[in-house]
Amino acid sequence: MSDMEQRTTQDIIAERHPFIEAWQMFRRNHAAMVALVVLSLIGFGAIFGPLVYPIDPFEMVWTPFSPPGVDGFILGTDYLGRDLLSAIIHGARVSILIGLSAAFMSVFIGVSVGAIAGFYRGWVEEVLMRITEFFQVLPTLLFSMVIVALFGSSLMMITFSIGIVSWTAVARITRSEYLRIRELEYVMASRASGSTDAKLIFKVILPNALPPIIVQAALMVGSAILFEAGLSFLGLTDPNVVSWGQVIGSNRQYILDAGYTVTIPGIAIFITVLCISLVGDGLNDALNPRLRQR
Amino acid sequence: MKVIENFLIRVAYAVILLTAVLILNFSMMHLAPGDVADTISQSMGGADKEILDQIRADYGLDRPFLIQLGSYIGNVLTFDLGYSFFYNTPVTELILQRLPATLLLVFTAQVLALIIGVMLGVISARRPNGLTSHFVTLLALFGYSAPVFWTGILLLIGFSLNVHWFPVAGMRDVTISGGFWVHFVDVARHLVLPVITLGSIFLALYSRLCRATMLEVLGSDYIRTAKAKGLHDRDVIYKHALKNSLSPVITLAGLQFSAVISGAVLVEAVFSWPGLGTLAFQSIIARDTPTILGILFFSALVVIVGNLLTDLVLRLIDPRIGTK
Repeated sequence: MSDMEQRTTQDIIAERHPFIEAWQMFRRNHAAMVALVVLSLIGFGAIFGPLVYPIDPFEMVWTPFSPPGVDGFILGTDYLGRDLLSAIIHGARVSILIGLSAAFMSVFIGVSVGAIAGFYRGWVEEVLMRITEFFQVLPTLLFSMVIVALFGSSLMMITFSIGIVSWTAVARITRSEYLRIRELEYVMASRASGSTDAKLIFKVILPNALPPIIVQAALMVGSAILFEAGLSFLGLTDPNVVSWGQVIGSNRQYILDAGYTVTIPGIAIFITVLCISLVGDGLNDALNPRLRQR
Repeated sequence: MKVIENFLIRVAYAVILLTAVLILNFSMMHLAPGDVADTISQSMGGADKEILDQIRADYGLDRPFLIQLGSYIGNVLTFDLGYSFFYNTPVTELILQRLPATLLLVFTAQVLALIIGVMLGVISARRPNGLTSHFVTLLALFGYSAPVFWTGILLLIGFSLNVHWFPVAGMRDVTISGGFWVHFVDVARHLVLPVITLGSIFLALYSRLCRATMLEVLGSDYIRTAKAKGLHDRDVIYKHALKNSLSPVITLAGLQFSAVISGAVLVEAVFSWPGLGTLAFQSIIARDTPTILGILFFSALVVIVGNLLTDLVLRLIDPRIGTK
């Protein structure tokens, strides 16, 4: 009898765990679920694709401009006769890698700046928000182009150039969350019981500030992928790797003869970013309790 | 008076911000490996140390960093942005030649996106399950997810290469002669596809936000009062509701200037639009430092002036701002 009771209580606790609750909300959003499945497939293809489909994206394997489906080349060949499917698979690795790491970098900077500004307020906040504003007026793409052109086009530098100009939105969101949460009673209580600032910032406030930051982080991955595509479309990319934007950029003179060499990589970018934004919407619904009633 | 005072404070602050941008850009150029002398000597096919030193002395690169920075800022104050060794033209002149094309593209795209976005937002807020509303949702997804240069190329394939409705590249057709209106129509025809490409991203943003704020406003008490006193539906929407849902949209539009310029760089590359973006791209490839610095400065200037104008517009349409 008491065994039964204990189990039900545990079940209730398990059900109420915020992650499980969010997951249940997320599952109800069909578009987000489909997008999540598609994203997993893309990620899977990026990791294991080159093993299954071992053609080198740099090798000229067939006559140029062989249309999709002809001669066994599923997506055709580009202006140098390189296999397009292979370029898409290898490009996925670069796009996703840069998207994730640039988003991680901008979330890291943004959360640090926003948390310190919102927690300490006063002149600290003033200075940090001025710096944020400063980065907001920088023409982001031009600035990144200059960084990549001057300091070298390694993947690291490209990631850095995207991350350094993209963190301002995260900083503003984090700051306003910290400003709101730091006044709540449980934070006061924790402060009164002698918690250090570090503990308050990381352990007490951060978990409650996370939901909007997570949503923004998801969207950041999408915009970082678009950003990288723009840079590599302009040719500001690591010449030793294939990326989706770069395939579009290098084939762009030949759109009259072979529109597919530009259309297909674009579809790859479009679908990936679309799925990320749908997952972001799903996360927003799942993590934002105030919106749940709608 | 209070309004003017506030505005002056904002202007003073903008000047400080611009100076900070200058310092950052200049330091970045200084930190980068290689300098003007290296680039020039490379284009000559190599040079010995004596010539390199001579070039550095000519360009004042042998002076200490802070002196160089100081003299650069001093020159900028007199609108002297230096001399482009790649184009053999003063940078200010070079930029002023290209700026109108970019401004034309950017402002047409922004203004059209705002007007159409607000219209779509209002229509879809009135019928949340109507066709327009679904269109706005789709547009928002597309606008966020499609790379802007790809949209541009698709439009090119569709409307310039398959059916020859619009020109493929450039801003004007040099073979055309005639009066003002002939040229006006010519530029307008060149402008259509770039503006659609650039505007679509922002149209998506504005229409979605306008729908959201409009829905919120339409549910508020004062709208119910307005309806209850028997006002016509159209009056309620355009005279009462729209005024209050406009400010967030304009605020958002003001925040987009930096993104618009980024988009313009890509759109200009696709359509060979003779603006700042193309100039930036060429000078970055050529490592033409004075021109790069000048363009970074001017685009920050455009963003800051854009922000100031947005602020002014907001104060005009919403008197509550600025009295605080």
